[in-house]
Amino acid sequence: MTSEIIFLTLRTAAVATLVIVPPGLAVAWLLARRSWRGKSLVETLVALPLVMPPVATGLILLQLFGRRGPIGGWLHSLGIDVVFTTKAVILAMAVMSFPLLVRAARVAFEEVNPRLEQIARTLGASDTRVFVTITLPLAARGIVSGMLLAFARALGEFGATILVAGNIPGETSTLSLSIYNLVQLGRDDEAFQLLAVSVVIAFGAVWLAEMTLRKTAAKP
Amino acid sequence: MSVRIDGVVLPLAPFALEVTAELSARATAITGPSGAGKTSLLEVIAGLRKPTRGAVAIHERVVFDREQRIDVPARARRVGYVPQDDALFPHLSVRRNILYSGATMSIEDVVAVLEIEPLLERGVKHLSGGERKRVALARALLSRPEVLLLDEPLAGVDPDLRRRVLDYLVRVRDEFPIPIVYVTHDDEEAAHICDEALLLERGRVVRRVSL
Repeated sequence: MTSEIIFLTLRTAAVATLVIVPPGLAVAWLLARRSWRGKSLVETLVALPLVMPPVATGLILLQLFGRRGPIGGWLHSLGIDVVFTTKAVILAMAVMSFPLLVRAARVAFEEVNPRLEQIARTLGASDTRVFVTITLPLAARGIVSGMLLAFARALGEFGATILVAGNIPGETSTLSLSIYNLVQLGRDDEAFQLLAVSVVIAFGAVWLAEMTLRKTAAKP
Repeated sequence: MSVRIDGVVLPLAPFALEVTAELSARATAITGPSGAGKTSLLEVIAGLRKPTRGAVAIHERVVFDREQRIDVPARARRVGYVPQDDALFPHLSVRRNILYSGATMSIEDVVAVLEIEPLLERGVKHLSGGERKRVALARALLSRPEVLLLDEPLAGVDPDLRRRVLDYLVRVRDEFPIPIVYVTHDDEEAAHICDEALLLERGRVVRRVSL
Protein backbone atom coordinates (compact mmCIF):
# COMPACT_ATOMS: atom_id res chain seq x y z
CA MET A 1 0.00 0.00 0.00
CA THR A 2 2.71 2.46 1.06
CA SER A 3 4.94 1.57 -1.88
CA GLU A 4 1.96 1.94 -4.19
CA ILE A 5 1.37 5.49 -2.90
CA ILE A 6 5.05 6.37 -3.21
CA PHE A 7 5.25 4.97 -6.71
CA LEU A 8 2.08 6.79 -7.83
CA THR A 9 3.40 10.07 -6.42
CA LEU A 10 6.85 9.72 -7.98
CA ARG A 11 5.39 8.67 -11.31
CA THR A 12 2.82 11.47 -11.55
CA ALA A 13 5.32 14.10 -10.37
CA ALA A 14 7.89 12.90 -12.90
CA VAL A 15 5.38 12.90 -15.76
CA ALA A 16 4.10 16.35 -14.74
CA THR A 17 7.67 17.68 -14.72
CA LEU A 18 8.47 16.20 -18.14
CA VAL A 19 5.20 17.47 -19.62
CA ILE A 20 5.92 21.08 -18.65
CA VAL A 21 9.51 21.10 -19.96
CA PRO A 22 8.77 21.91 -23.64
CA PRO A 23 6.21 24.69 -23.00
CA GLY A 24 8.15 25.86 -19.94
CA LEU A 25 11.39 26.27 -21.89
CA ALA A 26 9.57 27.97 -24.75
CA VAL A 27 7.90 30.51 -22.43
CA ALA A 28 11.12 31.03 -20.44
CA TRP A 29 13.12 31.66 -23.62
CA LEU A 30 10.53 34.10 -24.96
CA LEU A 31 10.55 35.97 -21.65
CA ALA A 32 14.35 36.02 -21.49
CA ARG A 33 15.24 36.83 -25.07
CA ARG A 34 12.38 38.63 -26.78
CA SER A 35 10.29 41.67 -26.07
CA TRP A 36 6.72 41.57 -27.28
CA ARG A 37 3.32 43.02 -26.59
CA GLY A 38 1.56 41.35 -23.71
CA LYS A 39 4.80 40.08 -22.21
CA SER A 40 4.02 41.42 -18.74
CA LEU A 41 0.57 39.84 -18.94
CA VAL A 42 2.08 36.43 -19.69
CA GLU A 43 4.65 36.94 -16.91
CA THR A 44 1.84 37.59 -14.46
CA LEU A 45 -0.27 34.68 -15.68
CA VAL A 46 2.66 32.32 -15.37
CA ALA A 47 3.36 33.46 -11.81
CA LEU A 48 -0.28 33.27 -10.76
CA PRO A 49 -0.31 29.65 -9.47
CA LEU A 50 2.54 30.59 -7.11
CA VAL A 51 0.47 33.17 -5.27
CA MET A 52 -3.12 32.02 -5.69
CA PRO A 53 -4.62 29.62 -3.15
CA PRO A 54 -3.96 26.16 -4.66
CA VAL A 55 -7.61 25.26 -4.00
CA ALA A 56 -8.67 28.19 -6.18
CA THR A 57 -6.39 26.98 -8.96
CA GLY A 58 -7.94 23.53 -8.51
CA LEU A 59 -11.41 25.01 -8.84
CA ILE A 60 -10.44 26.78 -12.07
CA LEU A 61 -9.05 23.51 -13.43
CA LEU A 62 -12.21 21.71 -12.38
CA GLN A 63 -14.32 24.25 -14.26
CA LEU A 64 -12.12 24.04 -17.37
CA PHE A 65 -11.59 20.29 -17.43
CA GLY A 66 -14.93 19.04 -16.04
CA ARG A 67 -17.14 17.24 -18.53
CA ARG A 68 -19.17 20.39 -19.07
CA GLY A 69 -16.13 22.63 -19.10
CA PRO A 70 -14.77 24.12 -22.34
CA ILE A 71 -11.69 21.89 -22.47
CA GLY A 72 -13.11 18.89 -20.59
CA GLY A 73 -16.20 18.79 -22.81
CA TRP A 74 -14.09 18.68 -25.92
CA LEU A 75 -11.81 16.01 -24.47
CA HIS A 76 -14.87 13.99 -23.38
CA SER A 77 -16.13 14.00 -26.96
CA LEU A 78 -12.80 12.42 -27.89
CA GLY A 79 -13.32 9.79 -25.21
CA ILE A 80 -10.85 11.31 -22.75
CA ASP A 81 -11.91 12.08 -19.20
CA VAL A 82 -9.50 13.98 -17.00
CA VAL A 83 -11.24 14.98 -13.78
CA PHE A 84 -10.94 12.47 -10.89
CA THR A 85 -8.36 10.35 -12.70
CA THR A 86 -4.58 10.09 -12.49
CA LYS A 87 -4.46 12.53 -15.44
CA ALA A 88 -6.02 15.18 -13.20
CA VAL A 89 -3.27 14.61 -10.62
CA ILE A 90 -0.69 15.21 -13.33
CA LEU A 91 -2.60 18.25 -14.58
CA ALA A 92 -2.75 19.83 -11.12
CA MET A 93 0.92 19.10 -10.46
CA ALA A 94 1.93 20.47 -13.86
CA VAL A 95 0.04 23.74 -13.43
CA MET A 96 1.37 24.28 -9.91
CA SER A 97 4.98 23.47 -10.85
CA PHE A 98 5.04 25.39 -14.12
CA PRO A 99 5.98 28.78 -12.60
CA LEU A 100 8.98 27.31 -10.78
CA LEU A 101 10.36 25.76 -13.93
CA VAL A 102 9.77 28.91 -16.00
CA ARG A 103 11.45 31.14 -13.41
CA ALA A 104 14.52 28.95 -13.13
CA ALA A 105 14.83 28.44 -16.88
CA ARG A 106 14.33 32.14 -17.57
CA VAL A 107 17.17 33.08 -15.22
CA ALA A 108 19.31 30.35 -16.78
CA PHE A 109 18.66 31.70 -20.31
CA GLU A 110 19.29 35.28 -19.19
CA GLU A 111 22.66 34.26 -17.81
CA VAL A 112 23.82 32.97 -21.19
CA ASN A 113 25.90 35.74 -22.75
CA PRO A 114 23.96 36.90 -25.85
CA ARG A 115 27.32 37.66 -27.43
CA LEU A 116 27.97 33.94 -27.74
CA GLU A 117 24.70 33.46 -29.60
CA GLN A 118 25.48 36.38 -31.90
CA ILE A 119 28.92 35.05 -32.73
CA ALA A 120 27.45 31.61 -33.40
CA ARG A 121 25.14 33.28 -35.94
CA THR A 122 28.02 35.05 -37.68
CA LEU A 123 29.62 31.60 -37.98
CA GLY A 124 26.64 30.49 -40.05
CA ALA A 125 24.43 28.83 -37.42
CA SER A 126 20.64 28.96 -37.75
CA ASP A 127 18.52 30.06 -34.78
CA THR A 128 17.67 26.43 -34.01
CA ARG A 129 21.31 25.39 -34.11
CA VAL A 130 22.29 28.33 -31.88
CA PHE A 131 19.64 27.27 -29.37
CA VAL A 132 20.58 23.60 -29.37
CA THR A 133 24.37 23.97 -29.42
CA ILE A 134 24.94 27.18 -27.42
CA THR A 135 21.95 28.40 -25.40
CA LEU A 136 20.63 25.07 -24.14
CA PRO A 137 23.94 23.53 -23.03
CA LEU A 138 24.98 26.74 -21.27
CA ALA A 139 21.61 27.02 -19.51
CA ALA A 140 21.39 23.28 -18.78
CA ARG A 141 22.30 23.40 -15.10
CA GLY A 142 19.77 26.09 -14.33
CA ILE A 143 17.11 24.22 -16.27
CA VAL A 144 17.84 20.91 -14.52
CA SER A 145 17.76 22.69 -11.18
CA GLY A 146 14.39 24.20 -12.15
CA MET A 147 13.12 20.76 -13.14
CA LEU A 148 14.10 19.35 -9.76
CA LEU A 149 12.34 22.21 -7.97
CA ALA A 150 9.26 21.68 -10.14
CA PHE A 151 9.40 17.97 -9.34
CA ALA A 152 9.67 18.69 -5.61
CA ARG A 153 6.73 21.10 -5.83
CA ALA A 154 4.69 18.47 -7.69
CA LEU A 155 5.42 15.84 -5.02
CA GLY A 156 3.83 17.99 -2.35
CA GLU A 157 0.85 19.21 -4.38
CA PHE A 158 -2.36 19.02 -2.36
CA GLY A 159 -4.89 21.83 -2.74
CA ALA A 160 -5.40 21.81 -6.49
CA THR A 161 -5.16 18.03 -6.69
CA ILE A 162 -7.86 17.30 -4.14
CA LEU A 163 -10.33 19.48 -6.03
CA VAL A 164 -9.65 18.31 -9.55
CA ALA A 165 -8.61 14.71 -8.87
CA GLY A 166 -10.29 13.81 -5.60
CA ASN A 167 -8.72 11.33 -3.23
CA ILE A 168 -9.13 7.91 -4.83
CA PRO A 169 -6.82 5.21 -3.41
CA GLY A 170 -4.55 3.75 -6.05
CA GLU A 171 -5.54 6.32 -8.61
CA THR A 172 -5.27 9.85 -7.27
CA SER A 173 -4.16 9.43 -3.65
CA THR A 174 -0.64 10.81 -3.69
CA LEU A 175 1.60 11.09 -0.63
CA SER A 176 0.14 14.37 0.60
CA LEU A 177 -3.45 13.31 0.02
CA SER A 178 -2.82 9.98 1.76
CA ILE A 179 -1.22 11.70 4.75
CA TYR A 180 -4.27 13.94 5.06
CA ASN A 181 -6.56 10.92 4.79
CA LEU A 182 -4.70 8.89 7.39
CA VAL A 183 -4.67 11.78 9.88
CA GLN A 184 -8.42 12.22 9.37
CA LEU A 185 -8.91 8.52 10.11
CA GLY A 186 -6.71 8.73 13.21
CA ARG A 187 -4.11 6.36 11.74
CA ASP A 188 -1.25 8.59 12.85
CA ASP A 189 1.47 5.90 12.76
CA GLU A 190 0.92 5.29 9.07
CA ALA A 191 0.69 9.02 8.43
CA PHE A 192 4.09 9.53 10.08
CA GLN A 193 5.60 6.79 7.90
CA LEU A 194 4.44 8.59 4.77
CA LEU A 195 5.56 11.89 6.26
CA ALA A 196 9.07 10.50 6.68
CA VAL A 197 9.07 9.32 3.07
CA SER A 198 7.90 12.75 1.87
CA VAL A 199 10.63 14.50 3.80
CA VAL A 200 13.33 12.23 2.40
CA ILE A 201 12.18 12.58 -1.23
CA ALA A 202 11.65 16.34 -1.01
CA PHE A 203 14.99 16.83 0.73
CA GLY A 204 16.72 14.79 -1.96
CA ALA A 205 15.13 16.75 -4.81
CA VAL A 206 15.82 20.20 -3.35
CA TRP A 207 19.34 19.22 -2.30
CA LEU A 208 20.10 18.00 -5.84
CA ALA A 209 18.68 21.26 -7.23
CA GLU A 210 20.93 23.28 -4.92
CA MET A 211 23.98 21.20 -5.81
CA THR A 212 23.32 21.63 -9.51
CA LEU A 213 23.07 25.39 -9.14
CA ARG A 214 26.12 25.62 -6.90
CA LYS A 215 28.24 23.97 -9.56
CA THR A 216 27.07 26.64 -11.98
CA ALA A 217 28.01 29.39 -9.58
CA ALA A 218 31.43 27.90 -9.00
CA LYS A 219 32.27 27.96 -12.70
CA PRO A 220 34.66 30.80 -13.59
CA MET B 1 36.39 47.03 -52.83
CA SER B 2 35.73 44.96 -49.75
CA VAL B 3 33.13 46.81 -47.71
CA ARG B 4 30.97 49.71 -48.80
CA ILE B 5 28.96 51.60 -46.21
CA ASP B 6 26.52 53.98 -47.75
CA GLY B 7 24.66 56.55 -45.67
CA VAL B 8 24.26 54.24 -42.71
CA VAL B 9 22.46 55.76 -39.74
CA LEU B 10 22.21 53.97 -36.42
CA PRO B 11 20.94 55.86 -33.37
CA LEU B 12 23.22 55.42 -30.37
CA ALA B 13 22.92 57.31 -27.13
CA PRO B 14 23.78 60.21 -27.03
CA PHE B 15 24.50 60.58 -30.77
CA ALA B 16 23.92 58.63 -33.96
CA LEU B 17 26.35 56.62 -36.01
CA GLU B 18 26.32 58.24 -39.46
CA VAL B 19 28.83 56.73 -41.81
CA THR B 20 29.54 56.62 -45.50
CA ALA B 21 32.82 54.92 -46.29
CA GLU B 22 34.58 52.54 -48.59
CA LEU B 23 36.91 50.12 -46.89
CA SER B 24 39.00 48.88 -49.75
CA ALA B 25 42.46 48.48 -48.27
CA ARG B 26 43.93 45.09 -47.41
CA ALA B 27 43.52 46.17 -43.79
CA THR B 28 41.59 49.23 -42.72
CA ALA B 29 41.77 50.59 -39.21
CA ILE B 30 38.78 52.18 -37.54
CA THR B 31 40.27 54.35 -34.83
CA GLY B 32 38.88 56.85 -32.40
CA PRO B 33 38.14 57.37 -28.73
CA SER B 34 36.04 54.96 -26.66
CA GLY B 35 32.35 55.32 -27.32
CA ALA B 36 32.83 56.77 -30.81
CA GLY B 37 30.76 53.98 -32.34
CA LYS B 38 33.59 51.76 -33.64
CA THR B 39 32.15 48.49 -32.34
CA SER B 40 28.66 49.46 -33.47
CA LEU B 41 30.01 49.95 -36.98
CA LEU B 42 31.44 46.41 -36.97
CA GLU B 43 28.13 45.09 -35.67
CA VAL B 44 26.30 46.82 -38.52
CA ILE B 45 28.60 45.16 -41.05
CA ALA B 46 28.19 41.78 -39.30
CA GLY B 47 24.40 42.04 -39.29
CA LEU B 48 24.09 42.16 -35.52
CA ARG B 49 22.61 45.65 -35.53
CA LYS B 50 20.05 47.08 -37.87
CA PRO B 51 20.61 50.65 -39.11
CA THR B 52 17.58 52.89 -39.54
CA ARG B 53 18.91 54.09 -42.89
CA GLY B 54 21.51 53.27 -45.49
CA ALA B 55 23.09 50.30 -47.16
CA VAL B 56 26.00 47.93 -46.64
CA ALA B 57 27.73 45.83 -49.28
CA ILE B 58 30.48 43.26 -48.90
CA HIS B 59 32.45 42.66 -52.11
CA GLU B 60 29.66 44.26 -54.14
CA ARG B 61 27.09 41.92 -52.57
CA VAL B 62 24.43 44.05 -50.91
CA VAL B 63 23.85 42.62 -47.44
CA PHE B 64 21.72 45.47 -46.15
CA ASP B 65 19.64 48.10 -47.88
CA ARG B 66 16.97 49.79 -45.85
CA GLU B 67 15.13 51.20 -48.84
CA GLN B 68 15.11 47.99 -50.81
CA ARG B 69 14.35 46.01 -47.65
CA ILE B 70 17.38 43.83 -48.04
CA ASP B 71 18.69 42.45 -44.77
CA VAL B 72 20.87 39.37 -45.11
CA PRO B 73 20.93 37.67 -41.69
CA ALA B 74 24.21 37.49 -39.80
CA ARG B 75 24.53 33.77 -40.50
CA ALA B 76 24.64 34.36 -44.25
CA ARG B 77 26.87 37.46 -44.38
CA ARG B 78 30.13 35.52 -44.33
CA VAL B 79 31.96 37.82 -41.98
CA GLY B 80 34.58 36.59 -39.55
CA TYR B 81 33.80 38.66 -36.49
CA VAL B 82 36.22 38.51 -33.57
CA PRO B 83 34.69 40.56 -30.75
CA GLN B 84 36.71 42.24 -28.07
CA ASP B 85 35.85 39.60 -25.46
CA ASP B 86 36.69 36.71 -27.87
CA ALA B 87 33.29 35.08 -27.12
CA LEU B 88 34.78 31.59 -27.24
CA PHE B 89 32.13 28.97 -26.48
CA PRO B 90 33.04 28.03 -22.89
CA HIS B 91 31.50 24.55 -23.01
CA LEU B 92 33.39 23.41 -26.09
CA SER B 93 37.00 22.38 -26.66
CA VAL B 94 39.30 24.51 -28.79
CA ARG B 95 38.85 22.08 -31.67
CA ARG B 96 35.06 22.21 -31.48
CA ASN B 97 35.17 25.98 -31.19
CA ILE B 98 37.20 26.45 -34.35
CA LEU B 99 35.12 23.87 -36.22
CA TYR B 100 31.81 25.42 -35.15
CA SER B 101 31.13 26.94 -38.56
CA GLY B 102 31.23 23.43 -39.99
CA ALA B 103 33.91 24.42 -42.46
CA THR B 104 34.93 21.58 -44.68
CA MET B 105 38.26 23.15 -45.57
CA SER B 106 41.36 21.76 -43.98
CA ILE B 107 42.16 23.37 -40.66
CA GLU B 108 45.89 22.74 -41.01
CA ASP B 109 46.87 26.05 -42.60
CA VAL B 110 45.05 28.12 -40.05
CA VAL B 111 46.23 25.96 -37.15
CA ALA B 112 49.82 26.22 -38.39
CA VAL B 113 49.83 29.98 -38.95
CA LEU B 114 48.33 30.66 -35.53
CA GLU B 115 50.31 27.86 -33.82
CA ILE B 116 47.36 26.43 -31.95
CA GLU B 117 48.01 22.73 -32.63
CA PRO B 118 48.95 22.02 -28.98
CA LEU B 119 45.76 23.69 -27.76
CA LEU B 120 43.24 21.80 -29.86
CA GLU B 121 42.03 19.30 -27.27
CA ARG B 122 41.97 21.77 -24.39
CA GLY B 123 38.89 23.36 -22.90
CA VAL B 124 38.82 27.08 -23.60
CA LYS B 125 38.68 27.89 -19.88
CA HIS B 126 42.29 26.83 -19.58
CA LEU B 127 43.64 29.22 -22.20
CA SER B 128 45.68 32.37 -21.57
CA GLY B 129 44.59 35.73 -22.99
CA GLY B 130 46.89 35.48 -26.02
CA GLU B 131 45.83 31.90 -26.72
CA ARG B 132 42.18 32.89 -26.58
CA LYS B 133 42.76 35.60 -29.21
CA ARG B 134 44.45 33.13 -31.54
CA VAL B 135 41.65 30.58 -31.13
CA ALA B 136 39.02 33.25 -31.78
CA LEU B 137 40.93 34.30 -34.91
CA ALA B 138 41.16 30.69 -36.08
CA ARG B 139 37.44 30.17 -35.54
CA ALA B 140 36.63 33.27 -37.59
CA LEU B 141 39.08 32.34 -40.38
CA LEU B 142 37.71 28.80 -40.67
CA SER B 143 34.22 30.09 -41.40
CA ARG B 144 35.70 31.16 -44.76
CA PRO B 145 34.73 34.80 -44.34
CA GLU B 146 34.80 37.40 -47.07
CA VAL B 147 35.93 40.00 -44.58
CA LEU B 148 37.51 39.77 -41.12
CA LEU B 149 36.14 42.13 -38.48
CA LEU B 150 38.55 42.45 -35.56
CA ASP B 151 37.45 44.43 -32.54
CA GLU B 152 40.42 45.58 -30.45
CA PRO B 153 42.24 42.25 -30.73
CA LEU B 154 44.93 43.45 -28.32
CA ALA B 155 42.60 44.72 -25.61
CA GLY B 156 43.13 42.85 -22.38
CA VAL B 157 46.28 41.16 -23.68
CA ASP B 158 49.31 41.26 -21.42
CA PRO B 159 51.78 44.00 -22.57
CA ASP B 160 54.49 41.35 -23.03
CA LEU B 161 52.18 39.35 -25.25
CA ARG B 162 50.94 42.24 -27.38
CA ARG B 163 53.95 42.04 -29.66
CA ARG B 164 53.42 38.33 -30.25
CA VAL B 165 49.70 38.62 -30.93
CA LEU B 166 50.47 41.52 -33.27
CA ASP B 167 52.89 39.27 -35.15
CA TYR B 168 50.16 36.64 -35.50
CA LEU B 169 47.80 39.29 -36.86
CA VAL B 170 50.38 40.32 -39.44
CA ARG B 171 50.78 36.69 -40.44
CA VAL B 172 47.00 36.30 -40.81
CA ARG B 173 46.94 39.44 -42.97
CA ASP B 174 49.77 38.17 -45.17
CA GLU B 175 48.82 34.48 -45.41
CA PHE B 176 45.10 34.71 -46.07
CA PRO B 177 43.66 36.93 -48.78
CA ILE B 178 40.84 38.25 -46.64
CA PRO B 179 40.40 41.99 -46.15
CA ILE B 180 40.51 43.11 -42.54
CA VAL B 181 38.56 45.81 -40.74
CA TYR B 182 40.48 46.51 -37.57
CA VAL B 183 39.01 48.48 -34.69
CA THR B 184 41.51 49.98 -32.27
CA HIS B 185 42.12 53.13 -30.31
CA ASP B 186 45.89 52.71 -30.59
CA ASP B 187 47.44 54.56 -33.55
CA GLU B 188 50.69 52.65 -33.36
CA GLU B 189 48.88 49.34 -33.55
CA ALA B 190 46.82 50.60 -36.49
CA ALA B 191 49.98 51.70 -38.32
CA HIS B 192 51.57 48.30 -37.75
CA ILE B 193 48.74 46.29 -39.31
CA CYS B 194 46.74 48.57 -41.56
CA ASP B 195 47.22 50.48 -44.82
CA GLU B 196 44.53 52.97 -44.14
CA ALA B 197 42.73 54.41 -41.13
CA LEU B 198 39.37 56.04 -40.60
CA LEU B 199 39.10 58.22 -37.54
CA LEU B 200 35.66 57.99 -35.98
CA GLU B 201 34.41 60.61 -33.55
CA ARG B 202 30.92 60.72 -32.12
CA GLY B 203 29.63 58.39 -34.80
CA ARG B 204 31.14 60.21 -37.79
CA VAL B 205 34.22 59.68 -39.91
CA VAL B 206 36.22 62.83 -39.33
CA ARG B 207 39.44 61.89 -41.08
CA ARG B 208 40.80 59.31 -43.44
CA VAL B 209 44.56 58.70 -43.62
CA SER B 210 46.89 56.38 -45.48
CA LEU B 211 49.39 54.67 -43.20
